[in-house]
Amino acid sequence: MATPAIEIEHLSKEYPYGFLNLKKKKSLEDLSMRVETGEVFGFLGPNGAGKSTTIKLLVRLIFPDGGTARILGKSIDDVSMHRDIGYLPEQPYFYDYLTAAELLDYFARFHRLTATDRQTRVQNMLKKVGLETAKKIQLRKYSKGMLQRVGLAQAILHDPQVVILDEPMSGLDPLGRREVRDIILELKKEGRTVLFSTHILSDAEMLCDQVGVIVGGKLRGVGTPGEMVGIKTQGMEILFEVAEGKNLPLLAKATRTGERYRVQFPEEQVYGAIEQLKAAGARILSVAQIKPTLEEFFMNLVEADRAQANAVEVSGK
Amino acid sequence: MKNVRTVAANTFREAVRDRVLYNLVFFALLMMGAAILVGQISIGIEESVIISLGLTAISVIGLFIAVFIGVGLVSKEMDKRTLYALLAKPVERWEFLLGKFCGLVMTLTVNTAAMAVGLYLALWAVKHTLEKSDAWVLVAVYLILLKLALIVALAMLFSCFTTPFLAILFTAGIYVAGVFAGALRTMQAVDINPGAMTLMRGISYLLPNFGNFNVMGAVAHGRGVPGALVWQATLYAVCYGAVVLAGAAAIFSRRNLK
Repeated sequence: MATPAIEIEHLSKEYPYGFLNLKKKKSLEDLSMRVETGEVFGFLGPNGAGKSTTIKLLVRLIFPDGGTARILGKSIDDVSMHRDIGYLPEQPYFYDYLTAAELLDYFARFHRLTATDRQTRVQNMLKKVGLETAKKIQLRKYSKGMLQRVGLAQAILHDPQVVILDEPMSGLDPLGRREVRDIILELKKEGRTVLFSTHILSDAEMLCDQVGVIVGGKLRGVGTPGEMVGIKTQGMEILFEVAEGKNLPLLAKATRTGERYRVQFPEEQVYGAIEQLKAAGARILSVAQIKPTLEEFFMNLVEADRAQANAVEVSGK
Repeated sequence: MKNVRTVAANTFREAVRDRVLYNLVFFALLMMGAAILVGQISIGIEESVIISLGLTAISVIGLFIAVFIGVGLVSKEMDKRTLYALLAKPVERWEFLLGKFCGLVMTLTVNTAAMAVGLYLALWAVKHTLEKSDAWVLVAVYLILLKLALIVALAMLFSCFTTPFLAILFTAGIYVAGVFAGALRTMQAVDINPGAMTLMRGISYLLPNFGNFNVMGAVAHGRGVPGALVWQATLYAVCYGAVVLAGAAAIFSRRNLK
């Protein structure tokens, strides 16, 4: 069996708070998951769910209270593992007295690249993230979106095998988001593994081979976006057009948009409905399964978690 | 050590771009003013006054830079989160810390060297010549630099586990206590019980003895500095600094960045 790109086993993290830091809040609870090599993995969850905590644990910005994790088979305690990973922090901020080219050159030096190689890579990367014309401007004059692009450039500058991006679309306009999506797809095409956290579910649906949903510090599910939402269909939907004045009982349940009607049934009633429509001379445009979207799946999990938290608060346990 | 060099060079570049070296303008003005004034009001002691004033200014300006920028070396990076992307590179935390220390010491060296040149220019302006004995000024400047390096290490140690404000207070407090460490060791008091006296002596040996680096009086009066004192002070600064930096690295290497 091939070594997974990222392997997390029973990772836990608590943060102290209160007077003298005597109280502890669980930020991550017994997290176990795998990200296979070459896969784009979306880490989904509301704010404060534990996404950034997990990512910071993986890059050793914080240390776990329990559990272990490996990247490309190496323990996260091994700093040499950082040669093969690229990391974009959430809302990145860099040395604002440097220009983008200087910053990238500075970071490239830690990867033992020759001066010529560094120069070539920095130029290519600035071109890739669309900052070629702004490369000589100090970062203190950059917008949030431009800083995000510099952050992305420094994360992939050294051709890492595993790229970890914490909210990479945050602060970007639609054009910037599309560029980041294109870069992630390009990395996937090159066979690299990408783990990114987001709460923009459409991005996850569009890009990810696998998604993991984390709520309240606990992993609630891992699977393909399709698996996560489409295990059970919620019924069928028929889209049709029918001439005015037809006596069709199912019109009472239908929603009209312009000339078109949309009506939903349990799966077992769909054939009867199609017969009715045929008899009335309706034109059937589509018959489709109704599946919850990733957003609905996500919202259900979040609401269930909040309800559980409220119940615990009320019962005092 | 390549990582340490890279971080150090960037720390120096930061200091230059953040205009830390602008303090040299203030020092130049002070020296020019002193040279003009001393020539008019003091007879026969111009040299001593200029050296005392110059060395004091070098020490005080360096002290401000060492404490305030030293504390900010780590805390500013944590507050602004500039550290996050860096620590995700193949860099050990101790390498980052040592690089930051070396970068600021490099800045202080350039700054102190420039001020020493200013001091010699002021001396030349009042005496119209420089003598062999004036070379002792360089020894005094070197010892000031050792003291500043030790203060930077202390400032970094405190900033690794407390807030910048408290780190400044602690560093300043240790500096003041360290200036009097020598006096504390030799103090004879009849109204303190022997237990407290022993405890105080013990503490005085833990404190950095900044008196070791003060040869200002001797140099200002044209007296030389024994070579042994210079070597001992160097060894003391290296050993004490290494222990402090090792402590800082031990704390910082397990610190959670939020």
